[in-house]
Amino acid sequence: MNRKQSAQLDRKKFFGDPVMVITIIILFLFLTLFILYPLAMLLLDSVMVQNTELYNVSSLMGETPAFFDANGSPASQANAPLFARLDRPDAKEGEESFKLVPLYRSGGLFAGQAKLQDAQDGKPIYLKVVNNKSKTVYLSLAQLTQPQEVPATFRNNGRVIKKMDGIELTDVSVKLNANYWTLDAFPRIFRDYTFNNALRNTLLLGVLTGFGSLLIGLLFAYVDVYVHVRSRFAKKLFDVVSLLPVVSPPFVLSLSMILLFGRSGLVTRELFKIFDSDIYGMWGIVIVQTLTFFPVVYLMLKGLLKNIDPSMEEAARDMGASRWKVFTTVTLPLMLPGLGNAFLVTFIESVADFANPMMIGGSFDTLATTIYLRITGGTYDINGASAMTVVLLVLTLGLFLIQKYVLEKKTAATLTGKASRGRMLIEDKSVRYPLATFCVVISAFVVLMYIAVPFGALFTLWGRDYTLTTKWFAKMFTEGGWQAFWDSFKLSLIASPITALLSMIISYLVVKKKFHGKFFIEFVSMLAMAVPGTVLGVGYIRGFAGGVFRTGFLQGIYGTGIILVIVFIVRSLPTGTRSGISALRQIDKSIEESAYDMGAGSGKVFMTVTLPLIKDSFFSGLVTTFVRSITAISAVILLVTPRYLLITCRINEYAEKGEFGVACAYATVLILITYAAILTMNTLIKYFGTSRAVKEKE
Amino acid sequence: MPNTVKTPKGVKLDHISKIYKDPKTGRDFYAVHDVSLDIEPGSFVTLLGPSGCGKTTTLRMIAGFESPDEGDIWLGGESINALTPNKRDTAMVFQSYALFPHYNVFDNVAYGLKLRKLPADEITRKVTEILSLVELSGMEQRMTNQLSGGQQQRVALARALVVEPGVLLFDEPLSNLDAKLRVQMRTEIRKIQQKLGITAIYVTHDQSEAMSLSDQIILMKQGVIAQMGTPTEIYYHPVSEFVADFIGECNFLKGTVVSSTQNEAVISVNGHPVSVETRRQPQPGSEAEIVLRPEAVTIASQGDLPCTVELSCFMGSYQNYHVRVGDTLVKITDNCPINKPLFRVGDQAFLSFDKVCAHLL
Repeated sequence: MNRKQSAQLDRKKFFGDPVMVITIIILFLFLTLFILYPLAMLLLDSVMVQNTELYNVSSLMGETPAFFDANGSPASQANAPLFARLDRPDAKEGEESFKLVPLYRSGGLFAGQAKLQDAQDGKPIYLKVVNNKSKTVYLSLAQLTQPQEVPATFRNNGRVIKKMDGIELTDVSVKLNANYWTLDAFPRIFRDYTFNNALRNTLLLGVLTGFGSLLIGLLFAYVDVYVHVRSRFAKKLFDVVSLLPVVSPPFVLSLSMILLFGRSGLVTRELFKIFDSDIYGMWGIVIVQTLTFFPVVYLMLKGLLKNIDPSMEEAARDMGASRWKVFTTVTLPLMLPGLGNAFLVTFIESVADFANPMMIGGSFDTLATTIYLRITGGTYDINGASAMTVVLLVLTLGLFLIQKYVLEKKTAATLTGKASRGRMLIEDKSVRYPLATFCVVISAFVVLMYIAVPFGALFTLWGRDYTLTTKWFAKMFTEGGWQAFWDSFKLSLIASPITALLSMIISYLVVKKKFHGKFFIEFVSMLAMAVPGTVLGVGYIRGFAGGVFRTGFLQGIYGTGIILVIVFIVRSLPTGTRSGISALRQIDKSIEESAYDMGAGSGKVFMTVTLPLIKDSFFSGLVTTFVRSITAISAVILLVTPRYLLITCRINEYAEKGEFGVACAYATVLILITYAAILTMNTLIKYFGTSRAVKEKE
Repeated sequence: MPNTVKTPKGVKLDHISKIYKDPKTGRDFYAVHDVSLDIEPGSFVTLLGPSGCGKTTTLRMIAGFESPDEGDIWLGGESINALTPNKRDTAMVFQSYALFPHYNVFDNVAYGLKLRKLPADEITRKVTEILSLVELSGMEQRMTNQLSGGQQQRVALARALVVEPGVLLFDEPLSNLDAKLRVQMRTEIRKIQQKLGITAIYVTHDQSEAMSLSDQIILMKQGVIAQMGTPTEIYYHPVSEFVADFIGECNFLKGTVVSSTQNEAVISVNGHPVSVETRRQPQPGSEAEIVLRPEAVTIASQGDLPCTVELSCFMGSYQNYHVRVGDTLVKITDNCPINKPLFRVGDQAFLSFDKVCAHLL
């Protein structure tokens, strides 16, 4: 049997729809360029080392630089390629003591190796050198003679040998043996104490946070689904707590943890008179991360528990099992894949988390913070940092794949469909009171932590002087506050419609269309979920600082707002796509087919039928992206330049300086902004969303 | 009334096949195999068959949602194999109606016209006309979920009709309606189709729907055409046991040919000779199977074939009998039983039938 003809016809039909073809091509380019390529560059960086050797460039200095031809004799022919003969002062025995190095000329399209003619015409001649960021720089011979114009420092074998001022130009290193492949970076970092320590810390943190969140999340879900909680207030409180991680910037809890339990903490110092409380370190992070991530577990498990058919448990009860026995022999085994799933999700989040370890970690370094310090700190080591990001990426990616392709399927297999009828809620006081009390206490604690933040900005001096003041807010606004809000707001606002639309288009293509490369689009847009922000940030630095493949192409976006917007888009794409996909799966495929059949092309179908039907998903994607972007820090902190002040980076900055008042002022406004965004979303959905009538029909 | 309908187009399927992969075994199989059809412009053709026979796949190939692995599809003398659904001059009425839930009735029907960039007043005129044709005048502003199943069906029909397609496709459009409404709707569909003179291809698994609607029935089984013909032809002259059985209730009597002439044969069933009209002349002595519709058999105390009554059940308009002839069970529907002798379970009786009503396989 031969299916050639249909394949051929399908291809013809596919290309007969230019809107779709162009969209797919754009998506392919976007995903490749901004997700795969930076990751690939990290891999490349970890195995490719740029070798630099030291050469003396004095022969090129002065009024009459010495030029040579390819044979090493002084240049004489005007059209022959031009070389310089550079001495090698630290050449070892048996190595050549000099080398012929090509010289270059600039001039846009006509750039290339220089000729003697160019020098005679007075055109600038360039030497290719490597600066201390392993970046290739073309240095004009004039710059060699006028050292104050040299833009960067140079290095030799990792050692910085030049500063901008007072360069001894006899020691400029010239890139010759460009690149070589080596796996050295990996053994090297695995011997590196800092790295091993960070790796151990990261894994430990992931496990502790994972189990902590699982436990609390499970308890909340169980209480919500199984136990009759009479108090309306308690129910409301649970709702608020499950919403908080969505609206809150990632480090708000760290901030209030410091305020409440730190050395001058309200609780530790004022309440318990503990003066040497040390909240910085592992336990601080574990507590903060657990409180941040358990609501995610809660929501995941709540959905699962609701799908368990009560009759199964009633059957077990009927056969004489106690409630605890039912839980351990029926409920728990049914949920096991789901629990594993939730654990891994939290684990990945914890491992990828940058903001909390940064703020409250103290000397407890995780992979994310170590990488950040390697890139931005004094010990600049790009190969090492890249190798570390590769390790971090392998870790999160591996777990992500297990989670997505093994556990999620298993969860769906054991718990499918809806419960056949309502569940008899537990009325037993000996069960109800302790469980409900525990949940209420935790919720109240979380809420309290959020309340601490605005007060952190309103008290004169936390820990000393609790009179109310507006000076921190005033300071925030005088020290670039307006600009920070405007920049964060503007960039996030640009990113959100693009992301929302993009994720809806991706979901449409993935759910409703058949084409080659569909898996690629789905997989890569989901992949971003498993890529920690820090990894993405480093990938962008390596990928775009020198342009794509260091060719200078797209270099222009580096250091601008564009790259920040792109980071925002990439970071929010998976959530949007996920919600879009699940919304679209609910929609009968013949609705779109009928529009298609009546003469609408793919673009028209999408705009007139699909998009209006998944408006809710679109709106929530819009706002989620906005909130995620305005509260993002892990990737952007590596990419932001002084041209842009971002709220989150400012908070981090002030918290590091110990100026918690200003940090809290920023955080307070940020929380208000995100809360307003959520309100806007709900209003949008209420008034412009898919009408209730349409939903009922589904 | 839209009496200015475009000339309807004919549809030609030229040795069409479609291969699918069985998801369980991973093996390729023919969902549709070597189907050739020539549908006259303006005729109503039904693709009939049990589920999985390839009828919907064939329809979707005509609409363009699937591509054939072999063969060509022609619409009005033009090969449309490589055209996408939106460029084909077809309009489909879906099983689930596939109305746009975010549009009201008017906008649903106007959708195709807006795509064709017609002026607004013409759109209004056409939509109003077509809505009055399907008896939905005054419902323009309703949302689709405020309509009953039958009304939604009419909107779907109007939406497909209003673009005046060269061929109208129906994918089991009535299967979501209750029995009474189904009968009503199918008469209306037929009326409208005849009034507009449009070509229609209709997919169903309901043989009574097929019979009442069609000019031509194409009965399919496992991807191939089992029989093609007018409803009467298929009903009275089925070519195989499958066809006979699928189209209405049927009895099969095995026997041996005693003698045969040009258009009549005498068959011996359990030693009792019966005559049957036939189109082919079977060899005397050969095995033969008589196809008998339940309503064509009469039961009486005298007749051709002796039998034993095994079930006797009053159904209102008829008496339902199951009788045994030798080792074959024969179903009989005896119309107007009130003024006929009644047989009870265990009674001995005789069957007879008019030779015109029987058919020899």
